[in-house]
Amino acid sequence: MKGDGEVGGALEASGRQSYRSRGPSAVRLVWVYPDLLSTYGDRGNLLVLARRARLRGFPVEIAEVNSDQRVPVDGDIYLLGGGEDLPQILAARRLAAGGGLAAAAGRGAVVFAVCAGYQIIGTEFGGAEGEPVPGLGLLDMRSGRGVRRGVGEITADVDPALGVERLTGFENHQGVTHLGPGAKPLAFVVTGVGNGDGTEGAYSGRVVGTYLHGPALVRNPGLADLLLGWVVGTLPPIDPWQEDLVLKLRADRLAAHGAPG
Amino acid sequence: MSTSSPPSRRFSLPLRARLAATVGGAAGRASRLAGRGDGSVIGGVIGLRLKPDLLSLLARGRQVVLVTGTNGKTTTTRLVTAALGTLGQQIASNAFGANMEAGLVAALAKAPDATLAVLEVDEKFMPAMLEATSARVVVLLNLSRDQMDRAAEIWMLARRWRAALAAAPGCRVIANADDPLVAWAAGQARQVTWVAAGQRWHDDSWCCPNCGSHLRRDGEDWYCGECPNRRPPVRWVLAGDEVIDPTGRSRPLDLALPGRANRANAVIALAVAGVFGVGTVQAMGAVKQVRSVAGRYTQVERHGCALRLLLAKNPAGWLEALDILVPPPVPVLLAVNARVPDGRDTSWLWDVDYRRLRGRPVFVTGERRLDLAVRLEADEVAFRLAGGVDEAVNLARSTSMEVIANYTAFQQIRAALGRVG
Repeated sequence: MKGDGEVGGALEASGRQSYRSRGPSAVRLVWVYPDLLSTYGDRGNLLVLARRARLRGFPVEIAEVNSDQRVPVDGDIYLLGGGEDLPQILAARRLAAGGGLAAAAGRGAVVFAVCAGYQIIGTEFGGAEGEPVPGLGLLDMRSGRGVRRGVGEITADVDPALGVERLTGFENHQGVTHLGPGAKPLAFVVTGVGNGDGTEGAYSGRVVGTYLHGPALVRNPGLADLLLGWVVGTLPPIDPWQEDLVLKLRADRLAAHGAPG
Repeated sequence: MSTSSPPSRRFSLPLRARLAATVGGAAGRASRLAGRGDGSVIGGVIGLRLKPDLLSLLARGRQVVLVTGTNGKTTTTRLVTAALGTLGQQIASNAFGANMEAGLVAALAKAPDATLAVLEVDEKFMPAMLEATSARVVVLLNLSRDQMDRAAEIWMLARRWRAALAAAPGCRVIANADDPLVAWAAGQARQVTWVAAGQRWHDDSWCCPNCGSHLRRDGEDWYCGECPNRRPPVRWVLAGDEVIDPTGRSRPLDLALPGRANRANAVIALAVAGVFGVGTVQAMGAVKQVRSVAGRYTQVERHGCALRLLLAKNPAGWLEALDILVPPPVPVLLAVNARVPDGRDTSWLWDVDYRRLRGRPVFVTGERRLDLAVRLEADEVAFRLAGGVDEAVNLARSTSMEVIANYTAFQQIRAALGRVG
């Protein structure tokens, strides 16, 4: 865990578990179990949130919490990444036993979970042999194993209520996810697979999950700002030159995958 | 397995296999003449179509070494070939990295009289190739995330390795004890030579592959707090710039190839040489001479600028490549593509820590240079975009430059520079 300094490299990631300093205005980011759930550049979401907060003058505190550590309950945004079957099951079991993430979500913290992490925060997901494994139940949805793997670029239009532009990302999963009445689809698939029924991801309150894997927030700065806005309120704009490359990358990817709208 | 063989092995093959190998060889020559690749795969593809068990037939009667792992396969194959070359026998090898079944077939068909074969094998195909070749030695270098849009997940891969090696009691495994996934994969093999070859990249082995608990690390040592899984006792050690052999004798490695990763590859090559009775001093003499491998580490002059070409295909490879950069202010050119051989997904860029590039001139090119640019921006690394290697050379105005590129970006740069090395 670090103060408002740099986001650590992998070697610095373990063994720090309490905030060094606690400014009242700092945005506290908690990366949950990078030792189990970090497969596809998941650190990107942490780096993007930290950068977009700092560019607006908000200090950031970062906690990287491994699976042998306690998840703090007083974070602002909790990030869960992707993982293979076995690490995913272990992570779900330890998070359920520890209770920290559920307690944080219960007091209104933001949770952003991708891929395997997305499945974990539902009520149930498919294990290594497709057997049902209990999830944390932070979102009313359950996942199982589909017939074939969805691998490739994905684009999806976000629920208009959230005011976020079209999503662009990469997916690589065999999951099929059914939403219950307590969760809304995050978006509707334009190209790609997503939940498997034309919807993509899910949200309820401040808990958000998506099949866009790894650094999902990199090409979707609007989604990053939605999460930050839930913590700090109205966000001041970012200098256009600081966003120039991200917007070019976004446009480039959307155009390359047949969804320029 | 016997080391003696008839004067020409070609005549010990059944007629149809001989025909398949001959037709395949002719196709390979035609492909090279037509300027389409180095001809190492097409011949094998055609041969296999005529005779699906051609690899087994071609491997029969030879002593085969298979080299696999995520990083260092091509270089280690070259180093092992150099070390075993001191025996004075002909060696079959897929020296240019064609590491699936057709590439192995082509390499063996091209050298019918070779009684030794040193073959690099793609991680996913190792179990099948082990069965087909009845390999005498299997080398396991390391295992980490790589092109996950098409590769199997690595815990699953480790499980398949483990089962395949458990089912091959006659095979000697040379394995890196410092990579917990590799150690677990070799854990049920009958004969293992453990090498302390080091591990820079830890992000795929924070947890015990046996039970999933968080692994403890204490210096070089690692162990699981929950189950008996721990680092096995080693016979060979890479210690800084030196190798310690099984007798405890320490010697400087003094390689022409740069970097820690290549010193690790060299120690593993010495361990393989030991299996074949080649002494450490003799093997080291040959291993030291290797200066470039399939264009990698080559120095190329371009408009008065000396470029050094480094290939890095995945986060662990980038970590090792960033380690061997010459110090600032020498500029660095980074090139990234996302074609099928690279992996279509650029997410892995976010697993690489680029912060050490701060404070030196950095240029960014390749088909996915925007992805890399955004990544560097997040790490607060200043850089300039360049349309290609020539533009970067012009912008840099330097007498030397380091180049790190992923697979197809590397090939494009080599082509632009006239296929050097």
